[in-house]
Amino acid sequence: MTVEVLLAGGLGVLASAGVWLLLRARVFDVILGLTLLSYAVNLFIFAAGRVRVGSPPIIDGRLAPTLEHYADPLPQALVLTAIVISFAMTALILVIALRANAETGSDHVDGAEPTGPADAGRER
Amino acid sequence: MNWPHWLIVPVVLPLLVGATLLLVERSRPALAARLSLVATAAQLLVAISLAAQAADGTVRAYLLGNWRAPFGIALALDRLSALLLVLTGVIALAAVAYAVAGDAKSRIDRLGPHFHALFQFQLMGLSGAFLTADLFNLFVFFEVLLIASYGLLLHGGGVARLRAAIHYVSFNLVGSALFLIAVAALYGITGTLNMADLAQRVAQLSPESVSLARSAGLLLLVVFCVKAALLPLYFWLPATYGAAAAPVAALFAIMTKVGVYAVARMYTLVFGADSGPLANLAAPWLPVLGLGTIALASAGALAARTLRSMVGYLVIASAGTLLLALGLGSRETTAAALFYLVNSTLVVAVLYLLAERIGAQRGAQGDALAPGPFGDERPILGAAYFAAAIAVCGLPPLAGFLGKALLLAAALDTAYAAWVWSIVLASGLAIIIGLVRAGSRIFWKPFEPAAPTTAVATSSVQAMALGWLCGALLLTTAAAGPLARYTGAAAQQLFERRAYIDAVLGATPVPAALPIRQLIGGKPGEGKL
Repeated sequence: MTVEVLLAGGLGVLASAGVWLLLRARVFDVILGLTLLSYAVNLFIFAAGRVRVGSPPIIDGRLAPTLEHYADPLPQALVLTAIVISFAMTALILVIALRANAETGSDHVDGAEPTGPADAGRER
Repeated sequence: MNWPHWLIVPVVLPLLVGATLLLVERSRPALAARLSLVATAAQLLVAISLAAQAADGTVRAYLLGNWRAPFGIALALDRLSALLLVLTGVIALAAVAYAVAGDAKSRIDRLGPHFHALFQFQLMGLSGAFLTADLFNLFVFFEVLLIASYGLLLHGGGVARLRAAIHYVSFNLVGSALFLIAVAALYGITGTLNMADLAQRVAQLSPESVSLARSAGLLLLVVFCVKAALLPLYFWLPATYGAAAAPVAALFAIMTKVGVYAVARMYTLVFGADSGPLANLAAPWLPVLGLGTIALASAGALAARTLRSMVGYLVIASAGTLLLALGLGSRETTAAALFYLVNSTLVVAVLYLLAERIGAQRGAQGDALAPGPFGDERPILGAAYFAAAIAVCGLPPLAGFLGKALLLAAALDTAYAAWVWSIVLASGLAIIIGLVRAGSRIFWKPFEPAAPTTAVATSSVQAMALGWLCGALLLTTAAAGPLARYTGAAAQQLFERRAYIDAVLGATPVPAALPIRQLIGGKPGEGKL
């Protein structure tokens, strides 16, 4: 039970920190937010196969092949796929962000520093 | 024709061709362009032959790696999948031909590296998403087509594309995260990812899992509406599609339809009318959001300042109309939606290519909706714009009119009839006004001197690509009867979900052409479930 509470709490912290970062206006913060969110998602997929300690995912013939004795191997395979994809996507968006920063001279998500009346005073 | 592996060809062919293109693209660019064109034409032929197979009304399943469903990944082909495969092929062929047209300086595929490889991978993702019968596999194909689309969007470079890409990529990454959460939750409750198996198990959920499954189902709806660009999730679309190179934007016209397809599939099969406590999960949301999308998209079309951003709002209006029709949830509205889908996708692709031509003819003024000098192709481009405008706003005599008329007639029996009639017709009027204003500003108010010095003439291949799409539009009008019967049958098939479930779960592994396990010394029959 403690493991579940810890895992759920950790997931919640990761996801909420990720969403908060996502809503910020700087590309770097957004990418960090996406990364945290993808960690939360990966852990969630893993948890969807139920949290079990000390049960093998591969049937070896000594125990009856039910979920009583074995961990569900499928979520682990799904997590691998999800990790690979999110890892590659983080790399891609980092490259795009670096390139956009080089071309626009700004790391604002809109590619330009805000110039509204509210920001006018702060700019100077 | 009885070869059992036809079903996987639309996925494997672009994969192999794309991988080959990566190798030859730099050293033999002319060969790469030709290979890409031939492979896309072959893809269309395969899609047509699959559609001919699917037209008999049976659902065909294909077991990847010979693993019996639901243990392995299954593909399934029904009328809807086949229709979308053919539509993808038609648009892809025009897009790739348009990209290789022109001389070495103006060719769009030479603006940057890897255009053709990315294009083929995008085709692979699209075909896979239309064919798969496995929810996680649907996620993977979504990612394949999205990853390719990120590259295609950036093709040619430039600040506008980079800006659009940051929004588009981050938005879709969040969408993918939500997709994974929904898939994992559904797997955690039901223990399966196969859509046919999921359909059976969702109908028999224990009461304590129902609310979790409902959240997962609605989360999936959010994800599909991100792809399909439904209110309030469409704000990324006009800038993204407007920034992409013209053939890429034309291909992206089918990409929003992946979201529409996924909604049509999941909310008839898994969360459809027979799904027990979760029956018609999307029905309270889709009509309202669809109507809102149509209203705001037509306002956007009126306010647009460039032709491309106006076409972007037309894409959104068509997505709103489609999801509205699917959300109304009867066979008739679904049939009307599928008929309208073919037409609206084709015409949007035509408009993106036309906008590029108009921009190239007007030099510095580009596709801005303002008077300016125009090259000497004004009459022909004006006529093409006029025809496409008639098709996109649903006026007779083109088939866009029939699609809207079918939808309005089918909506009469639903609770939303008054809303559907008033909003669809009013937005149609707004879109007509927007199109008329855009057309008169671009074509009827040219400055003197008449021709800008920078006008780029339309090459014969570009004209052929546009003619091909316009021909397809005319064909849907001329063959509107057979097409309407086909889409009616496709909608019928969607609602008879038993056949789909039986076909996927009852598919038997085909005997291997090469008995590999025996050849390497294993026992015969080993590894079969």
